[in-house]
Amino acid sequence: MCFPAKIINFNHILMGKLFGSSLAQKLVMALAGFFLILFLLVHLSINLLLLGDNPETFNRAAAFMSGFWLVKIFEVVLIGGLLIHIIMGIILQIQNWIARPARYKKRYPSQTSFFSKYMIWTGGIVFIFLFIHFLNFWFVRLGLVEGDHHNFYGMAHELFRHLGYNIIYWISFLILGFHLHHAFQSAFQTFGLNNRKCTPVIKTIGIIYSILVPLGFALIPFVIYFFK
Amino acid sequence: MKITLDIWRQKSPNDKGKFVRYELEGVSREMTFLEMLDYLNDKLIKEGKDPVAFDSDCREGICGTCGLFINGRPNGPVKGITTCQLNMSVFKDGDTITVEPFRAKAFPVIKDLIIDRSSFDQLIQSGGFISVNTGAAPEANSIPIKKEIAERAFDAGICIGCGSCVAACKNASAMLFVSAKISQLALLPQGQVEAKERVRTMVREMDRLGFGNCTNTGACEAECPKEISLWNIAKMNREYYKATLG
Repeated sequence: MCFPAKIINFNHILMGKLFGSSLAQKLVMALAGFFLILFLLVHLSINLLLLGDNPETFNRAAAFMSGFWLVKIFEVVLIGGLLIHIIMGIILQIQNWIARPARYKKRYPSQTSFFSKYMIWTGGIVFIFLFIHFLNFWFVRLGLVEGDHHNFYGMAHELFRHLGYNIIYWISFLILGFHLHHAFQSAFQTFGLNNRKCTPVIKTIGIIYSILVPLGFALIPFVIYFFK
Repeated sequence: MKITLDIWRQKSPNDKGKFVRYELEGVSREMTFLEMLDYLNDKLIKEGKDPVAFDSDCREGICGTCGLFINGRPNGPVKGITTCQLNMSVFKDGDTITVEPFRAKAFPVIKDLIIDRSSFDQLIQSGGFISVNTGAAPEANSIPIKKEIAERAFDAGICIGCGSCVAACKNASAMLFVSAKISQLALLPQGQVEAKERVRTMVREMDRLGFGNCTNTGACEAECPKEISLWNIAKMNREYYKATLG
């Protein structure tokens, strides 16, 4: 035959593992995810400044985050990490769906990591929120959307006065909490760190982190809406 | 006991297949699950019908041939046993039991409940050999191995390759099986010589055969008849990073 019957075999591309293997893909996924987990802490600590009465403190922190060259490099790495995490997550998920073409009729819900079963969906919801978030802030700073990027404090306070926006915000962070609940300990398992001493500690820190960090974010619009 | 069975019937690998319902009376509590299926087949043959095809060999939980997906779980509702070790006493009179073959792209159905598990054989073959001299069995005490390590290796080594991990995993991943084989040998001095090559080739073969990726859910560990630990998957990850990065 002169031409191959199928020039592009999508199934082959999807199952042909990037970076050499399934394990390498998982490692990249976990590394990018863990990087995002660490970034959440930085983001939260700056956001908490929104609770202060002086807009200058927050705006100065925001200006620092957008102006300082080291942070700018970090920003590129961060967006790269986010994209890798999302794209790799989707690719892995498609591979997993392909691996079981016929579904079971009856499935007993296993008593295992509950949220791990919905990572693609919780991740998808968090991504939709991120898009709204980018529209409101990051795109403004990039000049893609109109707004005063020197006064993020004012913009945030304005947004948090809308109950509708706050409800979307709270739901998004609840879902993020579900995502993190599995993500934190799962990353360490993928890194290969699993032993009798560390694993219970990692799991506990993961649970505390997945509750406290989303709660911290959710608290800000709560305080602004009801008490300011 | 009277039992209603919903059994997956599929004439051939390419047949679409469907669930067929059987009402079975006279099931004894003393029967094993497979004996109950034998009893059903006996009836079907007497009625001139095609018996339900299912696999079994040792019927004592050591060969890994008989795995079935019973009421939504591999090997039924009891933890830590194979399908042949499941006793009908766990079911009640009037129960409906759904029986399906293990489902995975790498485990195609041959007929009814029988699946082709030769992908596991290919995985084992890809792992290659260990360099030991043949001949008389060597003196067991000549290579000292720490008790804890020997036990870890043994805990991984008891994997019978039944495929329950693949069946239970939402991604049809074979990582618990492959990791058990890898860590069993990687833990012991005899397995060191080919350790790096072994993990590389076995992971490559696992991907090629179309198994899914582990999402650290832990369903495999929960449903494994030999209760192989997720620890092995972390160990395999470490071995793989060592082999490819270091």
